[in-house]
Amino acid sequence: MTWTDDQPMVSVKDVRKSFGALEVLKGVSLDVMKGEVICIIGPSGSGKSTLIRCINALNDIQGGSILVEGQEVNDPDLDKLELRKKVGMVFQQYNLFPHKTALENIMMAPLLVLKDDKAAVEKLARRLIKKVRLEGKEDSYPGELSGGQQQRVAIARSLAMNPDVMLFDEVTAALDPETVNEVLTTIKDLAKDGMTCILVTHEMGFAREVADHIYFTDRGVIVEHGAPDVFFDAAKDPRTVEFLGQIL
Amino acid sequence: MEAIYEWFRLLYDNTGINLPFIYDSYDRGRMISGFFMTVKLSVLCLVLSVIIGMAGAWLQNSPLKWTRRIVNGYIQLFRNTPPLVQLYFFYFAIGTMLPKVTNDWGGQEPILGGFAWAVISLSFFAGAYNVEIFRSGLEAVPDSTVEAAEALGFSRFHIYKDITLPLAIRVALPALNNNLVNLVKTTTLAYAIAVPEMLYEANQIWSDNVNVTEMMVFMLLVYFVLVGVLVWGMNRWERALKIPGFGA
Amino acid sequence: MNKTNPKIMPVMMAPRARATDPIRLKAWHGAALAAFVVLVSIPAFAQADGARDSVFTALARWMPLLLKGFIFNVVISISAMAIGTLAGAALGLGQISLSSWVRKTSWFVTQFFRNAPWLVLLFFAMFLLPFELRIGGIIIPLPDYLKAIIGLSLPVMANVSEIVRGAVVSLPSGQWEAAESLAFTRTQVLWRIILPQCVKRMLPPWMNLYSILTMATVLASIVGVSEVMTLTGQVLAAEGGRTDLLLPIYSTVLLMFFIYCYPIARLTLRLEKKFAVKT
Repeated sequence: MTWTDDQPMVSVKDVRKSFGALEVLKGVSLDVMKGEVICIIGPSGSGKSTLIRCINALNDIQGGSILVEGQEVNDPDLDKLELRKKVGMVFQQYNLFPHKTALENIMMAPLLVLKDDKAAVEKLARRLIKKVRLEGKEDSYPGELSGGQQQRVAIARSLAMNPDVMLFDEVTAALDPETVNEVLTTIKDLAKDGMTCILVTHEMGFAREVADHIYFTDRGVIVEHGAPDVFFDAAKDPRTVEFLGQIL
Repeated sequence: MEAIYEWFRLLYDNTGINLPFIYDSYDRGRMISGFFMTVKLSVLCLVLSVIIGMAGAWLQNSPLKWTRRIVNGYIQLFRNTPPLVQLYFFYFAIGTMLPKVTNDWGGQEPILGGFAWAVISLSFFAGAYNVEIFRSGLEAVPDSTVEAAEALGFSRFHIYKDITLPLAIRVALPALNNNLVNLVKTTTLAYAIAVPEMLYEANQIWSDNVNVTEMMVFMLLVYFVLVGVLVWGMNRWERALKIPGFGA
Repeated sequence: MNKTNPKIMPVMMAPRARATDPIRLKAWHGAALAAFVVLVSIPAFAQADGARDSVFTALARWMPLLLKGFIFNVVISISAMAIGTLAGAALGLGQISLSSWVRKTSWFVTQFFRNAPWLVLLFFAMFLLPFELRIGGIIIPLPDYLKAIIGLSLPVMANVSEIVRGAVVSLPSGQWEAAESLAFTRTQVLWRIILPQCVKRMLPPWMNLYSILTMATVLASIVGVSEVMTLTGQVLAAEGGRTDLLLPIYSTVLLMFFIYCYPIARLTLRLEKKFAVKT
């Protein structure tokens, strides 16, 4: 079975996930085509973060299937390293390696995992630093950078692996309000370049502007989804309406 | 040199302050060999106890219940019994059970001598503390940092070697520092099984020359300096590993 | 007082929660382990010829003597702890004195005795203290065990001094400022405000120190005080150097200390955890 561009790049079907007795995902399905940007929104505890962590095999699932470029993620024989080369992930808490400089953080994975040539990796890393607008911060340690700057290094670190799809797990939730925009701009740039992105976010304005499709989850299920204009202006489900009412 | 020796000889004649380990070549030889024995004992035990600490901390995370129990039993036993009794236990109780070997002169001698037993016993003693120190260091590395490395496709080995261990060592360093200082002081116990380390040689000298006061003061000074050198070295290492902007 | 600096990553600030509590050793685990060692060693050497008692009988015969010796160790440890704590508290307060001369002297004395090996300090006391003290017309004899107590209390003193200084320094400076702004004198601030808050912080390290001291009392055997280790040597000599007795007897001594020190260690850990939450 070979995967082609016209099939969904990420295909989530009827996924179930529980932590012990607590069922967090109760049959969730969604498809993401190549170059598409989708946003998952919903109240906290609705399972959004769990869902995208499952796509990266950071959490296992108890039922259903997740295909990334036609490859089953929920397969015990899955080569996780292969999967993670294709799927980049950015976390809420940045999770930079505190003992490495910004540049080293970006270079580490290509060097250790892809075993690329050092000179080439360094060139790539410097290009990515420029792309996330952090020239001059190459040799700073994470502790010396602001939250927004750290998060942009984290994005560059994921991009260095040249992934096909990027996952963003509430990447602005831990930031000071004044640095949120610099990170959102970086993501917008990415979307413009045609990167396939799956975002969990609380930034409604941003979601509306950048997303091709919005999914609203609550209590482990997708309640409603649609194109941003339709979703935000003509939500049908009362739960969506209530949520949007509180947020906007 | 001769002038200095002469000066100390005069010092003895005029004031009664007798420092034979400076002006007397035989006593000087004893003192120097005792000093190097103490240094050798300390360095060997330092290295072995750190290895035991790392291995123990690793075994403590073993999925096998009995492995963990044995490691914990070892820690508690060695931490809550006197190191001197441990030394006697190894040297007398276990040492006599081991087979004897024929030495160069055709006589029978134990397979392991006092020095070897001192190294083994003291390393296990200090190692028991090191296991706990390294474990708390490993525990201080947040799961989320490890997760970020997983998401980038790092192998388990690279995660341990490049992320967890470097961070854990930094956290563990102050406690490790303390324990190693204690270890150097504890090497004096080898005196009890007639290992010719510094205190033992000093004892020989004061028995021959009846100059206990001078030897005692000298001993206190030498250990003060030895411990000082170790603390200085460890502090330098700590500073060299310090990450800018990390920790408060 | 928790200051959180938003610029510093939350990384490394809180130890990660463990999914499962680590297997914690209960007291009986250790006791069982040590007892196991003793028991296993008995049959291993029980092939004693008829002329000699079994290891078990020999052990039972000497047990009261060994226990008596051990109790002497406990007495030494308690005495040295008492002397060391009093002297160390004074020295520790000296380290935070306003007079820089007192502060520096106290610091030096503390460092000197803290960095010296316990055994060297014990020799120090054994050989340099006179065998009797003359105060006026009264002659106070100084038997070996008293000298040993003094020798062991020296490092205790230095460590207590550091514990006191550490506890006072670790208190937020706001406490001093608040008290001083209320026009308390320095003595009042220290005794009424600062020290009462420090007691909790000092208790766990102080208990830990006691445990270390107890284990150090066997050092007195090297300088000839007849505590448990000396008696062990005498017992082995009295049994005529039977090698089959070595393992059981040394195990017994280890076990005695373990049974005494392990509960102290557990309690220390509990107190540490309990107090840590509130700071």
